[in-house]
Amino acid sequence: MSDHWLVRPATIRLLWRVFIGVLALTVVAEFLVAHHPHFRFEEIIGFGAWYGFLACAGMIVFAKGLAFFLKRPDSYYEKGESDG
Amino acid sequence: MASALLHPGLLIVIAGFALALLRGRARAAVALAAPLAVLALILAAPAGIAWSGTWLGLEIRPLAYDALSRLFAVVFAIMMFAGALFALNQQSRLELPAAFVYGGAALGALLAGDLVTLFVCWELMAVGSTLVIWSAGSSPAYRASMRYLAIHLLGGVLLFAGIAGHVAATGSTEFGRLALDTPAHWLILAGFLVNAGAPPLSAWLPDAYPEASWSGMVFLSAFTTKTAVYVLLRGFPGTELLVWVGLFMVFYGIVYALLENDMRRILAYSIVNQVGFMVTGIGIGTEMALNGAAAHAFTHIIYKALLLMSAGSVLYATQKRKCTDLGGLFRTMPLTALCGGIGALAISSFPLTSGFVSKSMISQAAGDEHLLWVWLALAAATAGVFLHAGIKFPWFVFFQKDSGLRPEEPPLNMRLAMLLFAALCIGLGIFYEPLYALLPFGTGYVPYTGSHVVVQLELLLFSGLAFFVMLPMLRRTLTITLDVDWFYRRLAPLLVRACSLALRAMGESLGMAKDGGMRRIKAATHALHGPQALFARTWTTGGMALWAALLLAGYLLVVYV
Repeated sequence: MSDHWLVRPATIRLLWRVFIGVLALTVVAEFLVAHHPHFRFEEIIGFGAWYGFLACAGMIVFAKGLAFFLKRPDSYYEKGESDG
Repeated sequence: MASALLHPGLLIVIAGFALALLRGRARAAVALAAPLAVLALILAAPAGIAWSGTWLGLEIRPLAYDALSRLFAVVFAIMMFAGALFALNQQSRLELPAAFVYGGAALGALLAGDLVTLFVCWELMAVGSTLVIWSAGSSPAYRASMRYLAIHLLGGVLLFAGIAGHVAATGSTEFGRLALDTPAHWLILAGFLVNAGAPPLSAWLPDAYPEASWSGMVFLSAFTTKTAVYVLLRGFPGTELLVWVGLFMVFYGIVYALLENDMRRILAYSIVNQVGFMVTGIGIGTEMALNGAAAHAFTHIIYKALLLMSAGSVLYATQKRKCTDLGGLFRTMPLTALCGGIGALAISSFPLTSGFVSKSMISQAAGDEHLLWVWLALAAATAGVFLHAGIKFPWFVFFQKDSGLRPEEPPLNMRLAMLLFAALCIGLGIFYEPLYALLPFGTGYVPYTGSHVVVQLELLLFSGLAFFVMLPMLRRTLTITLDVDWFYRRLAPLLVRACSLALRAMGESLGMAKDGGMRRIKAATHALHGPQALFARTWTTGGMALWAALLLAGYLLVVYV
């Protein structure tokens, strides 16, 4: 029995192509709408795109760094706590 | 007329007690009808003070309506209805009555026109919500509920001290705008912030809420934090400190949710994140920002409840909570996945969802005030919400890998509750005028402009790209991330144990020293006064006469020489 159509490699390849196409479209769409920016750098092309990507990459890297110090097995609190 | 006589919160609490006694269809009828009746009551009520009187010599106004309290009361009533519908098949006989007492107390806090009534409702809310967690019936839930209660009683003590100080200084119990100029007002702010999930005590929320049952957390997500947002809106608008507190909460929520493995703890961290947006808006304090915070609380209650209903349905069907155990559920739970997806889009404030029309007002206000760093942080956080809740939750639960689980969709009442809230998430995103009409200020804000929609889509979709590009770094592991609760769950018990060990050791050495000393004293006494000792033995008469003669001779010598 073949797996669900949504998880076949061919579908996933197609989804990636559509996704990249949509990403490109959003940047292109910037040229079609009127802008009324609050700040100067909002006028840089694709501000939302590169800022969104970099912000997320930054947060993931920061989270991994924090995890280096604060990560524990999820049974950490189970021992030593009782109903008392 | 009825709205002047009947108190919505009291009605919900009474309905809660009735639910404890009723069974079957009567129970379902009361659970669904009471919130709807209360909703009608709130919408019909005119603005102004409906109930007033004196209690313990204090002026109280237990029932007062204005635009802000009505907005929150409307969404609380809607939430009670959908929550009750979702929880109709909950086996626990305690949970739904407790949730009604909790929700009724929260309504009472919203409609309180004075600080005394507010405090009473505040404490009742803590009791009701503790019972909701408790009714999950497991031992971890019991322990979490006790920690939860301890934190909320601490918040209550801070609030009470603040209110007492305020009333003593001003002689007024009225709940209006408070400036941070006296210790009493700082205490009131601290009490409010504890319930908002603000630092340093944010950890109570992801610690306790996910231990509630599959339906319990739906109620919990709505009332405590949003009541705190409401009182902050009323008491501390434009307090700059709140901008920074809010931004901290926003990023705390994102970072901790990114590292989390338990699907409902992801959503719990995301509550802190979302409340952070509201608190930031309250700190900015312009009409646009306050409208944004209030509107965001309204839409947040609905989409967060929807996300938790979706997660609750998964928990109900699979008994599993960890992302590492889940995955691929879209095959057999397509409706739950779809509704969870709609909630995820709404929390990420995608255009055409409710989150878009509410959250963008807060960013707009930051831009209007030229708060560059706040604006940049909010934009980054918007992308981060999609990252930690918008994609992460649906991806790891419904897609990711095939976990091999093939659970069925949940029962009809749970599906209907999810469909209702999914419809509201999209409905409010498209027809936002009724929501805007309920807001406290008229700002004429237009959410759908070309550039706003395009920039928002860029932020969100490229955040999605970052998620899938960096997916290996986000792989789920069987771990938790330590938080401030470590201090009272680990360090404090360790200190107590260390202290008790030290005390015992000290006691023992004292006891030993005492025993040793006593032995020596006893031995010495025995040596001098024992049966055969110097002072106790019987002397011969001759010896006695000799010693007496010697003493007398000595005496003569002393006298005459």
